[in-house]
Parts: sequence; structure tokens; C-alpha cells
Amino acid sequence: MASDTLTKADVQDKLKVIFSHYNGDKQELIPILQETQANFRYLPAAAMREIAGFLHMPESTIFGVSTFYAQFKLTPLGKKIIRVCRGTACHVRGAAKVLAEIEKQLGVKAGETTEDLEYTLETVACIGACALAPTMTIESETYGKMSTKKVAEVLGDRSKVE
Amino acid sequence: MTEAKSNNGNKQRTIFICQGTGCVSGKSIEITEALKKAVAEQGLQGVQVDFTGCHGFCEQGPVAIVEPEGIFYAHVTVDDVPEIVESHLRDGKPVERLFYKDPVSGEAIPYHKDIKFYNMQQRIILRNCGRLNPERIDDYIATGGYESLKKCLKEMTPEEVIDEIKRSGLRGRGGAGFPTGMKWEFCRKASGEPKYMICNADEGDPGAFMDRSTMEGDPHTVLEGMTIAAYAMGSSEGYIYIRAEYPLAVKRVRLAIKQSEERGFLGDNILGTDFSLHMHVKEGAGAFVCGEETALMASIEGKRGMPRSRPPFPATSGLWGKPSNINNVKSLATVPVIIAKGADWYASTGTEKSNGTCVFALTGKIANSGLIEVPMGIPLRKIIYEIGGGIPGGKKFKAVQTGGPSGGCLPESYLDQSVDYESLAAAGSMMGSGGMVVMDEETCIVDIARYFLSFTQAESCGKCVPCRIGTKQMLDILERICRGEGQPEDIDLLQRLGENIKAGSLCQLGQTAPNPVLTTLRYFREEYEAHIYEKRCPALSCTSLISYYILPDKCQGCGICLRSCPAGCIAGDKRMVHVIDQDKCVKCGTCLEVCPERFGAVVKVSGETVEVPGEPVPVTAAKPAAPATS
Repeated sequence: MASDTLTKADVQDKLKVIFSHYNGDKQELIPILQETQANFRYLPAAAMREIAGFLHMPESTIFGVSTFYAQFKLTPLGKKIIRVCRGTACHVRGAAKVLAEIEKQLGVKAGETTEDLEYTLETVACIGACALAPTMTIESETYGKMSTKKVAEVLGDRSKVE
Repeated sequence: MTEAKSNNGNKQRTIFICQGTGCVSGKSIEITEALKKAVAEQGLQGVQVDFTGCHGFCEQGPVAIVEPEGIFYAHVTVDDVPEIVESHLRDGKPVERLFYKDPVSGEAIPYHKDIKFYNMQQRIILRNCGRLNPERIDDYIATGGYESLKKCLKEMTPEEVIDEIKRSGLRGRGGAGFPTGMKWEFCRKASGEPKYMICNADEGDPGAFMDRSTMEGDPHTVLEGMTIAAYAMGSSEGYIYIRAEYPLAVKRVRLAIKQSEERGFLGDNILGTDFSLHMHVKEGAGAFVCGEETALMASIEGKRGMPRSRPPFPATSGLWGKPSNINNVKSLATVPVIIAKGADWYASTGTEKSNGTCVFALTGKIANSGLIEVPMGIPLRKIIYEIGGGIPGGKKFKAVQTGGPSGGCLPESYLDQSVDYESLAAAGSMMGSGGMVVMDEETCIVDIARYFLSFTQAESCGKCVPCRIGTKQMLDILERICRGEGQPEDIDLLQRLGENIKAGSLCQLGQTAPNPVLTTLRYFREEYEAHIYEKRCPALSCTSLISYYILPDKCQGCGICLRSCPAGCIAGDKRMVHVIDQDKCVKCGTCLEVCPERFGAVVKVSGETVEVPGEPVPVTAAKPAAPATS
């Protein structure tokens, strides 16, 4: 796993910068976790220990909060995050088929990361582009009016860019 | 048109490009840049390129409006830019091929004001969305923005403000519909310092995006409404809780706060009075339950976002145990208008008990998807067939779902129902936060109930048993019905479980989660029965219950389906009737999609079998002549 390449010192250095934006109040936990994840793309166990120390909170509380919210990831994410919208408008226009096709092509289920750490596949409740349903995003790029046929186009196209 | 060059022929024009999330995903930022470049290259004097927030008509995106004429362009692409600039902005000749086409008549409509989608709406909450640049405070001020705040602070006591809101009849637009003025009064009268004013912008319903569009398109109106509310309650700290999934809304709200502080509309001694308000933005971390007020406050405090039982109500003991008030984005966006135009004006719109307007995100199987704002009391039929333009593709209407995962599905017999809090609740649905999803005959009702429940089940925080375990049981039952393994007793079991979960759950999430199932059991019971007793999906949607067949009297042996089949389960050869191996078929429907329309040899059925040969046989069907014979 990619986490092995992060040393304790790396984590501490980055967190020192992050902590300088905060006072150490308990209410800052979620913003701190958000900023930490923005830096590492997930929440390394070592970082959670440091945060517990900074906020004078038990590690179990940090863990409890980070597992409660869908935004936080405890394992490294792929280089690109694919989000397939499962909102109602997308659902009635065939989002499930699109998701199944992507799962087939990547060989992972929603919530998982491909072995080469290239893609993480997620579903989202709604990205609010309902008029373009069914939709998916790869990083910040939105792909609208998806179909099973378009999946290969979109994924194939992206892998060539690499 | 050749002699009409830059500054003589054309007058002052501004082209506004929509930069709401929907249009941005259609590359509207690139379009704006291309327009700016082209206008500069042409050296057009008096022509401005500007952007706005969401116009609401996302289906037609990216959209643009040229003022002052009010010409509306739909589905604009970067390639259209040269023509727009040269023909319209330079020579004054609008580009007809980009006009909006009415889905019913097919007629091209040049002017924004003539488009039915817009001219049947009454916009109060969304009044400025799509009409001003949301990143410029002066645009908002030019429309009379912050005048209501001045009026409140200089001419009205907090009690008078509360009284005005009470008299207007404004009710919470977050779903439950509690009178806003009363909420403020409770908080005003509660003892404890400081008091917190919270804006709930954690719009989590799948299929609803009006709060996001309001914040992206007109963030200052939300801030002004919040500041007025804080003044009325005597609150000095404000929190806006926005989903992190809405990065553009977060950005624009933060910018609006900064601008507002610079102008003295926020911060210490607002407009030179003793009143001060400090505004904070909190980003949600992806938990649907945080839309519930006590869960939202737990989340602001940095905890797991779990609801708690009430009382005590937030008005007496909310954020950090202090008196707090939470209002939805739409409620707050309405406040400045009520102050400006008066309670009586507002109360004159809508029905007796539900005043004002409501916003819906109209999506699903509908011609005009987008955001609409209509007076309370409008019949559903008018929304769907006149504003929405009806169901595309000549399909038949089946149901309309309001209120998101907490609401219900209403059948055709309810189309003349008035849209207001009471009528929707009586029908077993709810106003909710305003998603409105239209379904046609190809949508399976059991699958929709399963879909909504799978959402609420996954989002259940797990604190109380009825919601945590009850929704899981209901979901298991629905899944097996969709797989064709439903038991005769399942319908009663679902009904009983649903009623118990509603009665026993701690918060609104659990109390409303069974609604989609209970309403569909009430109005579409025969679809459940078809799944259970006949193993048939009437909408031909549930994969376990459908089969594809190739009709031997239609197949021409062309081989397109065989080559396209991802499962490799079609046998056949040139001029041989192709046959699907039913055991291997994954029911993806590719064969049906690719079979040439003039052959029409592939059929999809449920609950029946079609007589076909066991293996490929020579083609006997007559070749379809140019106009196919029957």
C-alpha cells in the first residue's frame, strides 16, 4: 500500500503546517480532517494520532468521526476518482447499468480502488447535474448523458491521456 | 448586414453565460473565455461578456442570454461562439439555430420571456438567479439588495421584524413547514448568550439542487436574510453549513461574506448600529442525516452527526447548549423580499395555509428538466405538462415523486392535486426540500421504492433501532421482490414494518424513510402483486424478471447482435435466424439497442416466453422492402 511510503516525519511535517491554521479547539476536528485528507488524499493512521494529540481527544473519537462521514477515507485513493451519480434522475435514466459497466471494466466494486492505484470508484447521492442524467465525474471533469457504450470511450480516452 | 460594423450598427449589449454547476459541466467557463476573446478580437465597443448563476433551465445548458433584447440561447458550444459574436453581437442578427425549441410545438422561441418554462413561474426565492453576477456585490445592491437589512436595522425593532415574518405566513422551506416567524420568536425569548443563527445548506436529497443554485446564483440574498434573522433573534454568531460536495457554492458564499464585511453589512457594528454578526462557513463531510437540525449542530461541534431526541428544542438548547435557530436556504432567501414588499404582499400568493412560492427541481422523464419556482397551490398537472413540457418520447405518465427519499410517489389520479404542505401530506407524500421526479411507464415502481430505501438505509446513522434495523429489513424484502423471489406475505410485512419505523424512529430520517414504500403500496399495489405472484415486471425494468428474444419471423441474420453481445450468448450465422441462450444472457439489452429498426427482431418480455427455435435455422422472413411490410 502507498501508505508505506509515507514516513512518520512526512506526516508530522505536513500536519505542523495544517495545525498552524487552527487553535486546537475540539470543534475544529472536521475541518482539520478535511484539510489533512486534501493533503494526503486519505487519512493515514499516523496523522489521526497526531490530530488526537493536537486536540487533546482520544484517538477513538477521531476514528469515530472519520468513519461516520462519507468524505473521509482510511485507505489510499487512486490517482483519479470516478464518481458515478446515483441521484434519482440518474437512477431512472439508467445509472445502475452505467455503474455495472464501469465496475466490469475496472474490475472493482464501488468504494474500491484498482490494484494499480489508478482509479477509485465511488458513487455519490447527487451531483446536481440532473438534467444531464445519467452523469459521472472523473476528478473535476463531468460526463453527462452516459450510456454503457460511452463508458469504454470515457475510460479508454482517459487511459491514453496518461 | 455587411455595412453594420462595430460601433454604428450595434447598440450596447451584454451576453450573460450561465455558470451554474450544470452549465459549467457543459463547458460554460470555456465558452465565456472564448466569447471574451472573440469580442476583443472584433473590437466590439459597448459589448460586455458576463456570467450569472444558475438560470434553472439546466436541460438546455449551457445557456446564455443577450440583454437588453432578452434573446435566449440553448445548448451553446465553444464552436458557436464566432457566429454569436459576428452575427448577433456585431451585426445585431440573432442566431436562430440556437433558439430554444418548444418540446410540444417544436417552435423556435427567441425571447426568454416567451418560453413557457419561465413565463409560468413566479420567482421570489430565485428572483436574481441567472440575472446578476453572483460574484459582484454591486450587482446585488443595484437590484435593491441590502435595503431590507437597512430598513430592519434603522426603522424596525426586532419584535417588529418577527411580527412581519409571522404575518407573512412564511413556513420553513426545508420540508417540514414550521412557521419561520414563530421559530425566531422562540429563540428571541430564550435566555442564554450567545445565540446562534444557522443556515442549513446541507442539501442532501438526491435529485434536488435548488439550495445549491440559490447559493451559487445569488449568495447575498441568503446572507441578507440570515443577517435580518440574526437581528430579530439577537444573535451575534452565524454559521452556514454547506455540503463539501458543492465546491462552487462554498466558494461564492465565502466571497460574498468577504464583500459583505467590507461594505459593513456583516461584522461589527453593522451599518453603524450596535448590532454585530460574525459569519462562519462549515463544510459538511457527506452525511445525509446532517440535514436534520440536531445532527447538523453536532456536526458543527465537530462530532459524529447524530440526531438527539427533542425537547429540548434548539431554540432553547442548541449549538453548544445555547439558544439556536436553523433555517433553510430558501426560507432565508425569501426574508429580504418580505421585508421589502411587506407581509401582506407575500401572504397574497399561495393558498390559505401555505403562503408564497415553492421551488422544485423538476427531473426524471420530463422534457424540460430544471429548477422551477411556482406559487403554492398550483396543480401538479400544470407543473408537469405546461412548465415541464410533458413526458418525452410519447411515453405514458406513471408517477411523480415529491419530497425525495422522504416523500412519496403519486399516481395520475393525483395530478389535479394542489401543491402545498397539507395536500401533499394528505396524499402520503411531503413537500420535502423540493425534488420532483417524473416517472413514465418504463420506470418500475417497486424498483423506485427499493432505490429510495437503499439510499435512506445507507444513510441511517444507526443510533435508533427502528431506523437502523427496520429499513434494512424492508430493503431486503424489496430486493427479493425485484429478484422475483417475493413471498405473498411480503406486502403486509412491508406495510407493518413501514408503519412501525415511522412511529418509532428518533428523527425525521427514519420517520419518513418508509414513505416511498408506503405510498407505492397504496397507489401501485398491482405492480407489487405482479412481481410477487406472476414473477412479472410490468415496466420491463427488473433484470431478473425480463427476457430478450429474437423473433424468427423478423430476423434477417445480419449478425449485428451477435457481434455486439457482451456475454457472447447469441448463436447464429449469415442468413440464419439468431438465437439467444437464455441461461447465459446477462440482460443488458444491447441486442435490442443494435437490432436495426427496420427489422425490429428483438423483443423484451416479462412473465412470458416467446416461441423461438432452439438453435439457428435458415432465415425465412421476407426482406423488409424499403417501407417495411407488416
